[in-house]
Amino acid sequence: MLEMLLRPAPMLRVAGLHAGYGDVEVLHGLDFTVGWGGITALLGANGAGKTTTLRALCGMIRAAGRVQLEGADIAGLATEDIARRGVGHVPDGRGTLMELTVEENLRLGAYTRRRGEEAADLRRVFGYFPRLRQRLRQQAGTLSGGEQQMLAIGRALLLRPKLLLLDEPSFGLAPLVVREIFGIMRRISADDGVSILLVEQNAGLALELADTAFLLETGRIVTAGPAAELRENAAIRRSYLGY
Amino acid sequence: MDEFLHQVLSGVASGGIYASVALALVMIFQATHHVNFAQGEMAMFSTFIALALIEAGVPYWGAFAITVLLSLILGAAIQRVLLTPMAGSPVLASVGVFIGLLLIFNSIAGWLFGYTLKPFPTPFEGPPVLGGFVTRHDLGSTAVTLAVLGGVYGFFRFTNLGLAMRAAAYNPVSSRLMGIRVGRMLALGWGLAAAIGAIAGMMVAPVVFLDPNMMSGVLLYAFAGALLGGISNPLGAVFGGFAIGVIENLAGAYLVGPELKLTLALAIIVAVLTVRPAGLFGRTVVSRV
Repeated sequence: MLEMLLRPAPMLRVAGLHAGYGDVEVLHGLDFTVGWGGITALLGANGAGKTTTLRALCGMIRAAGRVQLEGADIAGLATEDIARRGVGHVPDGRGTLMELTVEENLRLGAYTRRRGEEAADLRRVFGYFPRLRQRLRQQAGTLSGGEQQMLAIGRALLLRPKLLLLDEPSFGLAPLVVREIFGIMRRISADDGVSILLVEQNAGLALELADTAFLLETGRIVTAGPAAELRENAAIRRSYLGY
Repeated sequence: MDEFLHQVLSGVASGGIYASVALALVMIFQATHHVNFAQGEMAMFSTFIALALIEAGVPYWGAFAITVLLSLILGAAIQRVLLTPMAGSPVLASVGVFIGLLLIFNSIAGWLFGYTLKPFPTPFEGPPVLGGFVTRHDLGSTAVTLAVLGGVYGFFRFTNLGLAMRAAAYNPVSSRLMGIRVGRMLALGWGLAAAIGAIAGMMVAPVVFLDPNMMSGVLLYAFAGALLGGISNPLGAVFGGFAIGVIENLAGAYLVGPELKLTLALAIIVAVLTVRPAGLFGRTVVSRV
């Protein structure tokens, strides 16, 4: 008891997480924690279960196991309630509302906030992504892939999340744009006090950015540790970094 | 010329009714990609509720307001109770539910209120206006229709709740991730559609008289209007509704006579859809990957 009081619960604690689609189980009991602040990377090859993990955390698919946000159970809650508790999720495919304008997308990001409360956050989002301000009236579907990714991150930030889940933000983007977005993620993590859980197939990039990393292989976590250590890990270098 | 003007204005009045019902259809279509075949019967049932209230001594506009509110609740309840469990089921299952609802409302109305044509009061009494071309009722019901359409447009365009309803329709998964309660938005959409339908029913009933089959023709014209304007575009559907009203009236008066006017309207729609499958104003969403 005393120990619990002295050691605050981590931002996210996951224990024995099983999840899948229909009869097919994809995650076979994951255990990991995400600390306060900083960037945690969840790495793994295609099909390892990275996206499934994020979906399971947000109640988008049926899952079993414990998921605690700041010590409070969120497993089994509806997706919208998990979002309202402060979990922002930039999903696979970015979740852009193509038919709506950039401005409307951003307004929706702040949907759960009280009126007026989000103004300062909107300024911060424009600080990170000045291009969004220029494109406010544009239909979101006409943005480039990089701009859509920026919009998706900005939208998620307007929820004022404690925990931000990012699903492959580098997917389909030119290397220069990826650099730009990763740099801004670093700033977001430092300035906004958001804990970031980053899913990436591009392990080299993710390990440069992250503080901590987990390696997922066919639904199980096989390696975990500080990102700097994993960068030096021979097996990881061979399988995922290619040098 | 006077006769022509009279036909046009009268067409605008009935077109407003079609436009309202078309809008109700489009709202549900956008959220679910299904056409609610029961929309007309729900409107008819609401109109019977209004008549019962008026006959019980409630003043017209009081009955109007209560009916709109009850229809909103009824529409939302239908979505919650009957359609929430249908989420993810095949299209034909939903079609079955809609047709079931149509028959249920039709026969309950017949059982409760009878099948004889009943006169329905209009709040817009008095001699014709605008040089005798337009009945007070046509003018008043067009004004009511335009007010409803304007209100709905403003609600979806300028309020956060309306925006959230659009988002829930376009992309429920993404909307949930932003904390939007998609189920409630769908229920509210059904409620709004039912309320719009109820107003259309109360506006058309003084013209066509009230009976359980009152809306079957209206629903067809409304559906035609929605397809003509583009079922993916509420504004287009509203325009389509008005256009069908005018076309129907002019064709009935000058071209083919009342028997074939629906046929002509449908022929025009087929022609339009052959050239533009999305309807006149149907949107094709551009997206870069």
